[in-house]
Amino acid sequence: MSKIVRFCADMLYPAIVIFGLYVIMHGHITPGGGFQGGAVVATAAALIIVAYSYEEIQGMLSKFLLQIQESAGLVMFAGVALIAIGLGTTFFYNYLANSGLLFGMSVPFGPNPGELNTGGFLPLMNIAVGIEVWGGLAIVILYLLSGIPKEGT
Amino acid sequence: MRRELSVLIMIILAIFLFIMAAGFTFGSPLETDMDDYFIMNGQEQIATNNIVTTIVFDYRGFDTLGESTVLFTAVIGVALMFRMIVRGDSDENE
Repeated sequence: MSKIVRFCADMLYPAIVIFGLYVIMHGHITPGGGFQGGAVVATAAALIIVAYSYEEIQGMLSKFLLQIQESAGLVMFAGVALIAIGLGTTFFYNYLANSGLLFGMSVPFGPNPGELNTGGFLPLMNIAVGIEVWGGLAIVILYLLSGIPKEGT
Repeated sequence: MRRELSVLIMIILAIFLFIMAAGFTFGSPLETDMDDYFIMNGQEQIATNNIVTTIVFDYRGFDTLGESTVLFTAVIGVALMFRMIVRGDSDENE
């Protein structure tokens, strides 16, 4: 693509990534969550692939690292749920809610402004799913757009 | 003939669905026990303001685990397919 498109893509890339991470991190307070935020971050990868060509981004987006990231997200999701069995409760029991530890603050009933340090393991789950969807959709886009011809050839 | 038949079936189905939907009134579902339970107890039990996230990641955690696995499997399928295509191309070129 032209220089203007590449410059705009460079400017938008960190903004899109930060917005996606915000959606992931605030999934238990505002609308959104892991799936939506991960999809938003994956569009940043799509933007950078479209603005540059597939050969030029080989060093920036590594398929191997994205595969590791996707697998790590799924393993973290199942692992956080499995810890509950180790604590003597059932699978997917929310052992961090109302505990006073990490993300352990209580929430009053009814409408309230919201607090980031709440939700038990829901923020951890959102982060895990966000990492997984980020890696998965980015690698799908990377594979699907690998056929875009190089500039000027 | 087959085209007219399919159009006729579509019209009949549409009328049937409209008649069924006309029986319901918006905003007053028939069964509200589950919704009421989530709305009344979600904030207290899970300590989260977003009831949708509460249901998706806690009350229906198994469902989300399945969703994540489906996405993982889909990515593996796409990777396998395109790896085969790319390898075939390179074999032809060489």
